[in-house]
Amino acid sequence: MSDVCIVGIGIHRFGRTPDLSGLDMGVAAARTALGDAGVAWPDIQFAYGGSDASGNADTMVSRLGMTGIQFINVKNGCATGGSALASASSAIRAGEYDLGLAVGFDKHPRGAFDPRPAEWGLPEWYGEAGLMLTTQFFAMKLTRYMALHGISTRTLGRVAEKSFLNAVHAPHAWRREPVDIETILSAQMVSDPLTKYMFCSPAEGAVALVLASEAKARQLGGPMIRLKAVAMRTRPAGSFEVFAPSLDVARGGSATTNASLAAFTAAGIGPEDIDVAQLQDTEVGAEIMHMAENGFCADGEQEEWLAEGRTRIGGRLPVNTDGGCIACGEPIGASGLRQVYENVVQLRGDGGGRQVPNDPKTAYSHVYGAPGVSAVAILSR
Amino acid sequence: MIDTPSPARPIAPGLFTDEAAPRLIGGRNRDSGRIVFPCPEGAEGERYEPILLARQGTLWSWTVQRFRPKTPPYLGPAAFEPFAVGYVELADEVIVESRLTDVAFDALDVGMPLELVLLPLPQDEGPAVLTFAFRPTGESHA
Repeated sequence: MSDVCIVGIGIHRFGRTPDLSGLDMGVAAARTALGDAGVAWPDIQFAYGGSDASGNADTMVSRLGMTGIQFINVKNGCATGGSALASASSAIRAGEYDLGLAVGFDKHPRGAFDPRPAEWGLPEWYGEAGLMLTTQFFAMKLTRYMALHGISTRTLGRVAEKSFLNAVHAPHAWRREPVDIETILSAQMVSDPLTKYMFCSPAEGAVALVLASEAKARQLGGPMIRLKAVAMRTRPAGSFEVFAPSLDVARGGSATTNASLAAFTAAGIGPEDIDVAQLQDTEVGAEIMHMAENGFCADGEQEEWLAEGRTRIGGRLPVNTDGGCIACGEPIGASGLRQVYENVVQLRGDGGGRQVPNDPKTAYSHVYGAPGVSAVAILSR
Repeated sequence: MIDTPSPARPIAPGLFTDEAAPRLIGGRNRDSGRIVFPCPEGAEGERYEPILLARQGTLWSWTVQRFRPKTPPYLGPAAFEPFAVGYVELADEVIVESRLTDVAFDALDVGMPLELVLLPLPQDEGPAVLTFAFRPTGESHA
């Protein structure tokens, strides 16, 4: 089977762009990615794309050109981008096509997401009683983890401080000012133990990737960034997810753990072989817990890792080198592809002030979201 | 004739028993034995038998809701006071999500023993509705 290569990347800056729709940003990202790959829209044989709240991706053919290609819309919550990538990768790996596009975009209103109980198969009282908030879930998963594994609030602050510091050097990031740890720790509490600087915000943005077979990538002549593995998984029994009125006493694994294992197995490498990682950081605790769920450290070791700066640029395993969701915000449909975009930038050595030193060869990305979906992609060059 | 206020309406039917020592009503899967809360209704409900859950448990995790949730769906008054929520482990049964009451935020601690009470949830328009909450075991209330 042919390797799948990422031959073009495009991003529309994350944050807020009042004059543009989500689709506008998706089209802009697609055009940038085509230019980066040195191909034109009529060269593209198929596309997968989606948004969570900004409409159907396939409508962008009226802007890019009605070439009649197969364009499949993806709507898979926080794993929308990852699912588009997994599907596009499969189509090339199967030999059906040799040049395609994966695109994700979104535009959300300000403030916390405001889901309705009925849309999640939940009774109305759950929302009426004030229990249906994603922020509560993140805080409670973290509180439990901190109590069991000895994670301090200072470690939470260190993660946010690192994110903002990295984002200073990421042109596509939303919040690009450093924030010192004391400000982070003493800021307004949103949902204990998480202050406002420790949460990401719903945002806007778009990312597009041009994917090619190995033969096609060689023909195009750019750097060979290989998609060694991509895996998407849903939750197993006993996992702890958002909007759960009750949990099983017998605790189980997570969608993340399963997606991670599947991706490492397919790539034939392990966590110790990864040079740079982008991990879902809806809030700082998610980054900490996901370090362990993805196999990079044991539960509790994050305390030492953060204190020693091992996840900073230049550390043993730089994590969220563009500031992650904390600094970029979270446009649901685009977020997972932003991580892959950032990894391609790092593997090409184009990271500028945020470039991971020593010529990274392998990169890992992990997205997680409601109601228990996760997608992992491993790149190498 | 003594004029007594009418008792508050439960936030939903079938969640808890209305008595001095209230109990939550869970559902036990008729095939697997798995216990969930609340007891499923409708087509899914046919696979579960309602059971009364333990009244006492331990705090599995917690947080404090510091900002007012959006309405709808939140029923509470516009004037907002932060409240604690948690997951409470009912031994060998199920871990339930609940409001926490009668406890200082800085006294919340994973593992602390708790018991179920019914809690009036005031509304700006209309009478309070009755929801469930857990409080530290042994709190005395006059």
